[in-house]
Amino acid sequence: MERFQPLLTDDTEVITNSYVSDVTLGSGKTLALITLDNGKDHTRPNTLGPQTLLQFAATLDELKQRATNKEIHAVAVTGKPYYLAAGADLSKVQQIKARQVGRLIAELGHYALEKLDDLGVPSFVFINGLALGGGLEVALNANYRTVNSAAPAIALPEVFLGLIPGWGGAYLLPNLIGIRNALKVIIENPLKQNRMLKPQEVLELGIADVMFDSPRFLEESLAWADQVLNGKKIKRKNEPGKVEKATVWSPAVAIARKTVQQKLGSVPLSPYAALDLIDAAKSGSKADAFKREDQAIEDLIASDQFRASIYSFNLVQKHAKNPSGAPDKKLAVPVTKVGVLGAGLMASQFALLFLRRLEVPVVITDVSQERIDKGISYIINELDKLVEKGRLSTDDRNRYAGNISGSLDYAAFSDCDWVIEAVFEELKIKQDVFAELEKHVSENCILATNTSSLSVEQIASKLQKPERVVGFHFFNPVAVMPLVEVVRAPKSSDEAVATAMNVAKNLKKTAVITADAAGFVVNRLLGYLLGEAMRAVDEGASFEQVADAIAPLGLPMNPFDLLELVGLKVGAHVLDSMHAFNSDRFYASENLHKLAEYGKLTERDAKGNIKGYDKKAIEIVGNASGKGRSAAEIFDAVNVGLAKEVHLMLQEGVVATAQDIDLSMIMGAAWPFHLGGITPYLDRSGASKQAFGGSFHDPMIIGVRD
Amino acid sequence: MEQQNVYFVDGVRTPFGKAGEKGVYWNTRADDLVVKAMIGLLDRHPDLDRAAIDDVAVAATTQTGDQGLTIGRTSAILAGLPQSVPGYAIDRMCAGAMTAVTTTASAIGIGAYDIALAGGVEHMGRHPMGFDADPNPRFLSEKLVNPEALNMGNTAEKIHDRYPQLTKERADAFAVGSQQKAAKAYQDNKIQPDLVPVSAGSESGWSLVTKDELMRSESTLEGMKDLKTPFRPHGKVTAGNASPLTDGATVSLLAGERALKKHGLKPKMKLVSFAFAGVEPEIMGIGPIPATEKALEKAGLTIDDIGLFEINEAFAVQVLSFLDHFGIADDDARVNKYGGAIAFGHPLASSGVRLMTQLAKQFEEDNSVRYGLTTMCIGLGMGGTVIWENMNWKGN
Repeated sequence: MERFQPLLTDDTEVITNSYVSDVTLGSGKTLALITLDNGKDHTRPNTLGPQTLLQFAATLDELKQRATNKEIHAVAVTGKPYYLAAGADLSKVQQIKARQVGRLIAELGHYALEKLDDLGVPSFVFINGLALGGGLEVALNANYRTVNSAAPAIALPEVFLGLIPGWGGAYLLPNLIGIRNALKVIIENPLKQNRMLKPQEVLELGIADVMFDSPRFLEESLAWADQVLNGKKIKRKNEPGKVEKATVWSPAVAIARKTVQQKLGSVPLSPYAALDLIDAAKSGSKADAFKREDQAIEDLIASDQFRASIYSFNLVQKHAKNPSGAPDKKLAVPVTKVGVLGAGLMASQFALLFLRRLEVPVVITDVSQERIDKGISYIINELDKLVEKGRLSTDDRNRYAGNISGSLDYAAFSDCDWVIEAVFEELKIKQDVFAELEKHVSENCILATNTSSLSVEQIASKLQKPERVVGFHFFNPVAVMPLVEVVRAPKSSDEAVATAMNVAKNLKKTAVITADAAGFVVNRLLGYLLGEAMRAVDEGASFEQVADAIAPLGLPMNPFDLLELVGLKVGAHVLDSMHAFNSDRFYASENLHKLAEYGKLTERDAKGNIKGYDKKAIEIVGNASGKGRSAAEIFDAVNVGLAKEVHLMLQEGVVATAQDIDLSMIMGAAWPFHLGGITPYLDRSGASKQAFGGSFHDPMIIGVRD
Repeated sequence: MEQQNVYFVDGVRTPFGKAGEKGVYWNTRADDLVVKAMIGLLDRHPDLDRAAIDDVAVAATTQTGDQGLTIGRTSAILAGLPQSVPGYAIDRMCAGAMTAVTTTASAIGIGAYDIALAGGVEHMGRHPMGFDADPNPRFLSEKLVNPEALNMGNTAEKIHDRYPQLTKERADAFAVGSQQKAAKAYQDNKIQPDLVPVSAGSESGWSLVTKDELMRSESTLEGMKDLKTPFRPHGKVTAGNASPLTDGATVSLLAGERALKKHGLKPKMKLVSFAFAGVEPEIMGIGPIPATEKALEKAGLTIDDIGLFEINEAFAVQVLSFLDHFGIADDDARVNKYGGAIAFGHPLASSGVRLMTQLAKQFEEDNSVRYGLTTMCIGLGMGGTVIWENMNWKGN
């Protein structure tokens, strides 16, 4: 196909071949079975690049001819073991320089996959394993689908990546399983940390007509196909009828639109593009729908947001596994027993996490037996809750409960390899507990501090061996937040840092190595942002005005919502400590302390969504709308200020690269993919240029400029 | 415990494939073969409570890799049987599946079990015969066995030596007959109903295996004449009159009298007697003779009472030695009616249940026959025989 030539310039595509074998079914009919197989082992899923799609299309053309000749009675597609296909090959999209080339990706997908509905004989897809994005759209374009009960993940994750299901998915899915189900698969799930479907759900939603167990999945799928060919009727209970299309369809889309608006604001493009397509899918022809998908894909592939999303995806998938500046893994001290200093809530949460993830004995201590007992009973209680929820076996519960102990005597820490402190955030206290502890622990024991605002170097300064100390900064809630900042103080040894990185990995956390600088990465940037928000409030702008002024940045949560989430007291403390670090750049707000004292900023509905701001809170800050800087000025101060701060951090060597900053903000503050964390956005919005006359990325991470 | 009669309720197998890289199962695991057969068998009995299965015995000759790890237990788990159903592995080389049947049948007979699965698998492509074996040096140093005893082809040549009347021509003719009978059985759809189709992967995609890969219905006496004799120069044993190297799996469902009633199972055959016997290892192919004599004696029957024979055709000459001994003609219609291992192949430890499944099918079709037997020769000089009664016999 001549028109797809511009996609074929890359000769490094890992081609997923379409192999055909004729299967004689029980009834004597012949089914041509296409196996998608890229010839690589199980670590390399099938992907659908341009040459793959052209080969698939040519294969279907041949089969159509054979169907015309009455040589075959059906066509089925399945994949190599464990995979149908992991979707479109996106490895080269960053290089697309012309809108038209991006559009061709959609057009080629439609061109190839649509043939499944035009063979002259029924088409089947046997979803034998992982089927994501374009992989699932292969199935949606066919007439019938079976699913393997052991398939690990099935999803349309496009919206998560800043795209839309553009090979027919946005039209075919709602017309197969109804509007509400389709919204769940195309919009809701991708926005819930990219949730995937289990095979049982695929069956219940009506994406697959039938499910078979894995040992004889293909045999049973073929036998079922034979029944269909011989007249078995397939019922699709979720297939939308005229009534659904006329009544609930558009209202359901409108509700979904409102939910997205509440959750993400109006900046991200892809969810709204998907909503528009799904809304339009209720009427009109398939051909028109596919053209709309082509246009949406063209627009999105050309967008800055999509390029930033791919950058972010690669950060999370790849960069996170190879952290900048990590010492040789072999230097890590094997951790066979963990000590936790403190038995308060935070310390108890640490202990719980270490028990479950490292599966080694954990000993805790505190100032009184009473506090220790309280900590241990909290931990046991949490373990029991997990058992009740069915998330922990009683065997494991007993193992972990048997592994936790408490002692007032530091002698119990003598055989620990790793001790982390979570005592009161005050330098002298931390210095003293470490100094006392050091008398009891072994030569090689690594000491970690969870401080968020103190100098790790100073905490270690009273030790015989200050090199054994490393910062290990969790985010709240400890069990949920995926980031740990590993803080390398000037004297921290490679062994200490390597051990911290290894512990983080075993805790299933993403670790970023930072220098011993105030606020490290996440609190420094959040401290700046929240400080600027409060500065504007203190100048007299209303909460709404400030939130609206900052909204174009596209953060999922406005600053005041965020302040309430982290706790007003914690927020005030972060601002204070950043202000102490540099009073010129970081704003501290007296009003925030007052608000913390009062305890409340917003009024929320039953679901926890913000209805408005608390009257008393408004009274406390005493602002009246209209005063202070304009929205544009507030926004600029935040945007350019962030660029300046990030630039400074890189100059100071807080982290090695801009990627580390972005990864930290994505994992530690849930900043969105479409901003690329933050630096791709700062570049493309011009903030970098204004701040320091350059850009963080060269070339910048941007889409097609018309 | 109460003693009870034991019944062969049902048996299936995978289609048999050619061993080695060119065979259909080269990329299919041995355990997957037996699992597919097991599920295929149980699918035919949807109402049978899986938890009522007392044990799963699966035989394999080479119990390493995908045939290792106690394959009766692994395959039970992989087939989705309840965890409460145990399993074990069995080895008696070629008579593995037969021994799986007789051993679990014995447990049923004394009343310890009520229901069992018994079968076998051999992926001779992945597990070539004798691979990694480490025979005790005393076998040779003390002349406990003839050096030729470990090569099955040589043991077949030895039968020709001992019984000169068993000529190559007779062996070839028997082999051609086996191919023709098998082809006819396929034509008449006698084999296919008990095959469980297997999806097999390859570098060029999946295919569905629905029939035996090795059959050579076009074989002729003429074509047999000039085949190589790989075991000795100018010998008599060829690829034509021996069973080929094969991949495949079989599984059967056995039950005691109590279980038949309780679970509403309809048996095909009743176990009458069985016996195993030893002979000189270097002429293992005659093993079925003493085994059959023993089994007949235990059953109180004579050879004349046997209406149908399923003899494993490891080698044509070894079948002929049996027939000659009992005075049965080479082309007696009662013998291997649907053809045998020369046509279908002989995946060592799985073949025993194939014999039983084929005998059961013949019983079903002929209610004039009361008794039949399944017999096979076994490496290192053994034979095994199981005598069965036809549940379809008109006198019942």
